[in-house]
Amino acid sequence: MLRIDSLQVYGLAPVSFEVAKGECVAVQGPSGSGKTVLLRALADLDPAKGQIFLDGTERNSMSGPAWRKQVRYAAAEPGWWGETPREHFAQGAGLDKLVNQLGLKSTQLDQSVTQLSTGERQRMALVRAVFDRPSVLLLDEPTGALDAKATRQAERLIRRQLKAGHVVIFVSHDPEQVKRLADRKLTIRGGKVRVGRV
Amino acid sequence: MSQTGYIALSYWDMAMAASLILINGALSVAFRLGLERTLFIAAARMTVQLMAVGFVLKFIFSQTSALWTLGLGLCMVLFAGREAMARQTRRYKGWWAYGLGTGTLLFVGLLAILFGVGVIIGPEPWYTPRFVLPILGMALGNTLNGISLGLETLTTTAFRERAAIEARIALGATHFEAMSAVTRQALKTGMMPIVNSMAATGIVALPGMMTGQILAGVDPVEATKYQVLITFLIAGGTALGAFLAVFGGTRLLTDERHRLRLDRLEKPANTNSQ
Repeated sequence: MLRIDSLQVYGLAPVSFEVAKGECVAVQGPSGSGKTVLLRALADLDPAKGQIFLDGTERNSMSGPAWRKQVRYAAAEPGWWGETPREHFAQGAGLDKLVNQLGLKSTQLDQSVTQLSTGERQRMALVRAVFDRPSVLLLDEPTGALDAKATRQAERLIRRQLKAGHVVIFVSHDPEQVKRLADRKLTIRGGKVRVGRV
Repeated sequence: MSQTGYIALSYWDMAMAASLILINGALSVAFRLGLERTLFIAAARMTVQLMAVGFVLKFIFSQTSALWTLGLGLCMVLFAGREAMARQTRRYKGWWAYGLGTGTLLFVGLLAILFGVGVIIGPEPWYTPRFVLPILGMALGNTLNGISLGLETLTTTAFRERAAIEARIALGATHFEAMSAVTRQALKTGMMPIVNSMAATGIVALPGMMTGQILAGVDPVEATKYQVLITFLIAGGTALGAFLAVFGGTRLLTDERHRLRLDRLEKPANTNSQ
């Protein structure tokens, strides 16, 4: 489904790997090793040489926005441009349900973003990332600011995405979480990316 | 005194006016503001620069040559372009730092000459420097302000709001969609001074050009007509200049893949360079 061919990202050796439909890959490595840089390059947020194919279509054969509607990056520290979380979603059914599944109240969609806690904002950002059902989710420390209960809820949401056939590539510093979710892992160390088993 | 009632000033008259600066200097010494040196240099610069311009203009006015007029006009555009760049906290890298502002000013300057002087005023010949250069100067000075403020707001806000901009890009927004709030803010800031000044003109302040014409003996109603013309030219030029510079700047801050490219900006520079 997702094929990365000699992707050259700043500071990293060229990397090639494939991820199948419904597969979950964890990205591990020390801080500053290039995990975020790799995820951003996959979403075409930074210039990178090499090729990335989604279902056989190379990213440069479609526009940047069209690629990112399918290959979605969610930052560790999400950005907000509107006053309330609701302003960040397109019209569509199922938003309240999705928000509730992550332990948030529907009314929080209309609160000021600044009134939400860091963890609540992170969960809202996760909902925002999955709401329009992108094929590939690139999640940068998706549960970094969450407590145990919220982490379980977020992991359930990730599993549902996998069950629906989406690809999830996520950064985590928690080896237990990697074991719980990932089928394979990418380890980045010293500028080299190694693909291995969990 | 001339027939129109114009009174020529002697160098002694100018010296008397300069004595007011001495009072400023004395106040600075008395209150230990430490401004006396800066004040003296600024006053001296103003006098020398204006006198020099006076002699240059006198020479060019006596030529009535398209080459001389446009040559000086081009110098004015190039200098204004440098000023627009010098006032940016985060400049664009490479040629664009200078090119964006200068290109916009060149366009607005040409428009002011062709439309304002050529079409509306219509002197004979069209390049009569007495009309072209002052109107170009006023259009450039104000447009420069609009461009500087617009670009400064664009680059500093884009840098501050990069997480929000990239969140939109990551969700599939185009570069103009992702930058829309920042672009609007930059355009508003760029146009604010001319809007404020139009609203206050005539009540709070009598504009310099109109005052000058009245002092030179022109009928106040005729002077007003010129002032209205030049104010519209300035407003149109500033709006157009801010629009071109901000949209050009937005495009430069993003690329053909609709990515945010803050790496195309230099690290913050000293904003007070003269």
